[in-house]
Amino acid sequence: MLIDFVSLTNVIIAGILTGLVYGLMALGLSVIFGVARVVNFAHGEMMTLAMYASVILFSVFGLNPFVAVLPVAAIFFVLGYGLQRWIVNPFVTRPEHSQFMLLLAIAIILTNAQLMAFGPDARSVRLDSLLESIELGPLLIDRGKLYAGLVALGTAAAVFSFFRLTRTGTAIRACADNWLGAKVVGLNVKQLYAIAFGLGSVCVAVAGCMMILLVDLTPAIGPGYTLLAFVIVIVGGLGSMNGALVGGVLIGLSEALAGLFILPSAKSMFSFALLILVLLLRPRGLLGGQR
Amino acid sequence: MALPLFANNYFLSIATLFLFFAYTGQAWNIMMGFAGQLSLGHALYLGVGAYSAAALYSQYGIGPWAGVWLAIFICIAISAFLGALAFRYGISGVYFTLLTIAFAEFARIGFDHFAWVGGSAGLFLKVAQREQSDLLNLRGPPALYYYTILILTLLAFGFSAWLLRRRPGYYWQAIRENEDAASALGINTFRWKILAVVISAAMTAVAGVFLAFYYNNLFPEQIFNINRSVEIILGPIVGGMGTLFGPIIGAALMTLLTDGATELVAALGWDIPGVKQLIYGLILFAVVVFLPNGIWPAIAGKYKLEP
Repeated sequence: MLIDFVSLTNVIIAGILTGLVYGLMALGLSVIFGVARVVNFAHGEMMTLAMYASVILFSVFGLNPFVAVLPVAAIFFVLGYGLQRWIVNPFVTRPEHSQFMLLLAIAIILTNAQLMAFGPDARSVRLDSLLESIELGPLLIDRGKLYAGLVALGTAAAVFSFFRLTRTGTAIRACADNWLGAKVVGLNVKQLYAIAFGLGSVCVAVAGCMMILLVDLTPAIGPGYTLLAFVIVIVGGLGSMNGALVGGVLIGLSEALAGLFILPSAKSMFSFALLILVLLLRPRGLLGGQR
Repeated sequence: MALPLFANNYFLSIATLFLFFAYTGQAWNIMMGFAGQLSLGHALYLGVGAYSAAALYSQYGIGPWAGVWLAIFICIAISAFLGALAFRYGISGVYFTLLTIAFAEFARIGFDHFAWVGGSAGLFLKVAQREQSDLLNLRGPPALYYYTILILTLLAFGFSAWLLRRRPGYYWQAIRENEDAASALGINTFRWKILAVVISAAMTAVAGVFLAFYYNNLFPEQIFNINRSVEIILGPIVGGMGTLFGPIIGAALMTLLTDGATELVAALGWDIPGVKQLIYGLILFAVVVFLPNGIWPAIAGKYKLEP
């Protein structure tokens, strides 16, 4: 097979940029799991909800996704906060499978409510201003992917600094490290868990608004993205924030290369093979610490 | 039992569906309900079982009575491999569940590209002669399938009851409740967990063979879909995991509710895609929130029955 260097580089760049958006989506999952130890099985479905929100804001109000991302993220913070506070929180102390079932039920409800509301037709947002690629010497970079990747990176950086630099962020990390200890020193664990879930949802919302620029949206793609998010965080390390981004880029890259070298339709087989491999060789993920 | 004598084909198909989920629910229940290993990838065994018998039949004309053994054999091999890998490497809880999903998804995409059995275009069996029964090839009228799955369900119930009252049942429950303690008491948890996974997979493989010969067509996108795995586990979860009657009561309730819901939305003219699954989701949600142990333990507790 003869693939020249330039087109290979183009594919690699596209893969990394898409991977950053994947990484942001997975970061949301990782934040939620890392803090509340709740496995958000409705993650992909939440993202498609954000994608529909941005489609509606675009078609009704003409807001482009780079603007729409702000209200969507705000709404998702509230949704995520409420979901954790009033629905998921009683499950924090229940067995793992019980939480799993709860979020699976929410996922099924979300997918099918979206199917009923929006129908099975594919939707997308295509901005004329993004049609022209950026030429960098011989390389061609897709504008939509570049901006989406940068927004994802910026959001991830903001989430990182929130956890590192603010008092609330530090308190949330304290809850994650030692739930009982955090309670003993008087932290409002319930509220901090809810904030963490809200922040995880913000990651999903931003990722969704960017993803609508890259893929066609139908209600049926939700479960696939839930699985993809899991693959990414497990490859990167469940609960590790850096790991989610690294895993996202790795999966984005491997999908792009698999699409180029093997069959495009077999690309997710590649990701699942990677997942099985990582689970077996390093179950805590590439950047995951010991628990 | 004598349903086919007076019921029409529509009711027979509903009853068959109910028994199918009662059967697969019991198979899943052995692994999760008894031994505490949550699989969300049982579509894998359903699909591999269905494909192995269907491929033997359509390619070589070998009937399901031989094919079912191939199906069982392959599914035992796959599940033993999965279980051995997972338990040897200490993968448990969420990680184990995700591994089962990953295997099923891997198979789904793999079969999409497996041209010998039709790939994504599907595998079709010659449609049965509906008038006369051909027991040898499991071809015949709906009543034949009804009785087949009825017998399977009864056998599964008897087998589950037998397992639960014998050494495996007690060992599994010990592992489910506290694996470290079970291990400290000298139970070889690795071996017993593998046994649960293998039995569950082999039983599900038989259901897959039944499905292939009942519907006569197989598509990787449908049979390996994660929704199949979810449908399998709904019955036992709604009915009561780890109990003998739970999977059957749950399957009956889910079949009635979804069928009732289908009728209702049709009668009201809301026939939009997604309604049925939405109702599924809402029921699952309600059960998980309000009856975390399922329906049967609640009933059994009230009337002081054996759970």
